[in-house]
Amino acid sequence: MQYRASTLLPARQPPLQNTRVMQWAKQNLWGTSVSAVTTALLVLILLWSIPSLLEWSVVHAVFSANADQCQAARDIGACWGVVAEKYRVILFGRYPFDAQWRPLLATLVLTLLLVASCLPVFWNRYLAVAWASIWLFFFVLMGGGKWLGIPTGLVYIPTDQWGGLPLTMMLATLSITLAFPLAILVALGRQSTMPAVRSVCIVYVELVRGVPLISVLFMASFMLPLLLPTGTSPDVLIRVLVGITLFSAAYTAEIVRGGLQAIPRGQVEAAYTLGLGYWQTQRQVVLPQALAHVVPSLMNNFIAIFKDTSLVTIVSLYELTGALGLAVSGDPNWRPFKLEAYLFITLIYFCICFAMSRYSLWVERQVSHR
Amino acid sequence: MTSPLIQFENVNKWFGTFHALRDIHLQVQRGERIVICGPSGSGKSTLLRCINRLEEHQEGKITVMGIELTDDLKSIERIRRQVGMVFQQFNLFPHLSVLDNLTLAPIWVEKISPELAQERAMQQLERVHIADQAHKFPLQLSGGQQQRVAIARALCLTPQILLFDEPTSALDPEMVQEVLDVMTSLAKQGTTMLCVTHEMHFARAVADRVIFMDEGQIIEEAPPTAFFDHAQHPRTQAFLKRLVV
Repeated sequence: MQYRASTLLPARQPPLQNTRVMQWAKQNLWGTSVSAVTTALLVLILLWSIPSLLEWSVVHAVFSANADQCQAARDIGACWGVVAEKYRVILFGRYPFDAQWRPLLATLVLTLLLVASCLPVFWNRYLAVAWASIWLFFFVLMGGGKWLGIPTGLVYIPTDQWGGLPLTMMLATLSITLAFPLAILVALGRQSTMPAVRSVCIVYVELVRGVPLISVLFMASFMLPLLLPTGTSPDVLIRVLVGITLFSAAYTAEIVRGGLQAIPRGQVEAAYTLGLGYWQTQRQVVLPQALAHVVPSLMNNFIAIFKDTSLVTIVSLYELTGALGLAVSGDPNWRPFKLEAYLFITLIYFCICFAMSRYSLWVERQVSHR
Repeated sequence: MTSPLIQFENVNKWFGTFHALRDIHLQVQRGERIVICGPSGSGKSTLLRCINRLEEHQEGKITVMGIELTDDLKSIERIRRQVGMVFQQFNLFPHLSVLDNLTLAPIWVEKISPELAQERAMQQLERVHIADQAHKFPLQLSGGQQQRVAIARALCLTPQILLFDEPTSALDPEMVQEVLDVMTSLAKQGTTMLCVTHEMHFARAVADRVIFMDEGQIIEEAPPTAFFDHAQHPRTQAFLKRLVV
């Protein structure tokens, strides 16, 4: 009998590669003729576009809030003056100028708590208490006037004057936090063995998905008051919030359902065998896994909801995008420089959405246990 | 004579039009170790899964520990707490560490404190010789280790009955023995066990009775020596001939 190996070979280090960077560049930039041509084309486009972009945005740009100078530099340089001139209207909409410290403070506190909520150290029961108090603080500070008969000492500002970033943040945060649990219930309902529950959930999802958000908002705002007895119609903000929440929950529910379908039947059986009931099984075994599978699409959806809040302009609520129109369109001096103002809010939207997507990547890493 | 721990009386079950269990009569006494074998699709797993109501029977009567299995959720949950089950595919919860897999039910079902649950879980892990892996996640373990964790998880609720549904069929050959060793030691401690398996050495060594099923029926049942050496029914004989190469 002959053996192929008489001794075990010792494990060796992999061969050293020439520097990582060169290796990467060779593989990705000029490894094949196609990628070499693509690289060359991209370099040419960058060489051609970057100088003119810099000239427009920096060299010939006007940074002071001077409409005449902007007019003079029109078409050759950017007018960042429009931001300097209009940023308060863009950020706070129609909220009375002298009281704008209130939305500023409210937004700062809300942002702070949002950031804190993302950190696992703060994931305990006090977070729920913190959120409840923050919302109370937010609405009292923004609204002012009397609450339950107690004067706040702040001037009353009706909700139709709220606007800009605080409105965007509030609508997005509240509708996401309300839509998510609702979506989970609907997704579970679609898998229910009870025909009545299942049909209600299917009808809800299919109805809402078949309608654009704009019409949902329009109906929530203008048709709901017609259906309800006069004088009982809820505030426009609540109507809009309910509209966005119901709309987003239908989409989120389908994403959650996708995650639920990825969980093998054996997981549920194992949980049942251990004596866990339906809700315990869903809460402890199924949902943690199902949601982990769909973190990217969930975050995708939340980002979409955040940007969809800009549609509330249709019912005369001027959130960030709406407030921009309000600030610039009505002013003939500054109207030509709408593009620069749009770039400003683009930056705000981008920062928030980018933070959300990075956070989602981090969550993805946290929930993989291989 | 004490009443049996598990009793099947004239039980029938269908999947759609497929008649999966036909007139099943079966009594299991406390402390009995039973091995069920038979060709695939013969209803072995279905029989086992009717005991803790993972499957519903349509005719006849099943009584477990004196409680009749009906649609009543409360009594189903009471039975499930007393009946542990080990699956072919382990069905560990991949998002929880080994330790958390074991403490989940004690904490949420028995409502005992996490500290006590962990203490008991460690005892069970030691019993299946895997305590050093307590803080790993299931998918980081080998198949044999995962199945031993699954057994420990079932033991954490101190069940009166243990059901094994082909516990070694999904394992690489070299890992089968470590799982069988654990099962053998459980059998020696007097646990009531029902085991669907094709491990005939195991059946010979530990079973009090071997049951042979085919096409949804119990064809033959006998103590292992009689079963393996003097099978009565031609179908049993044919099955055993194919099994023992």
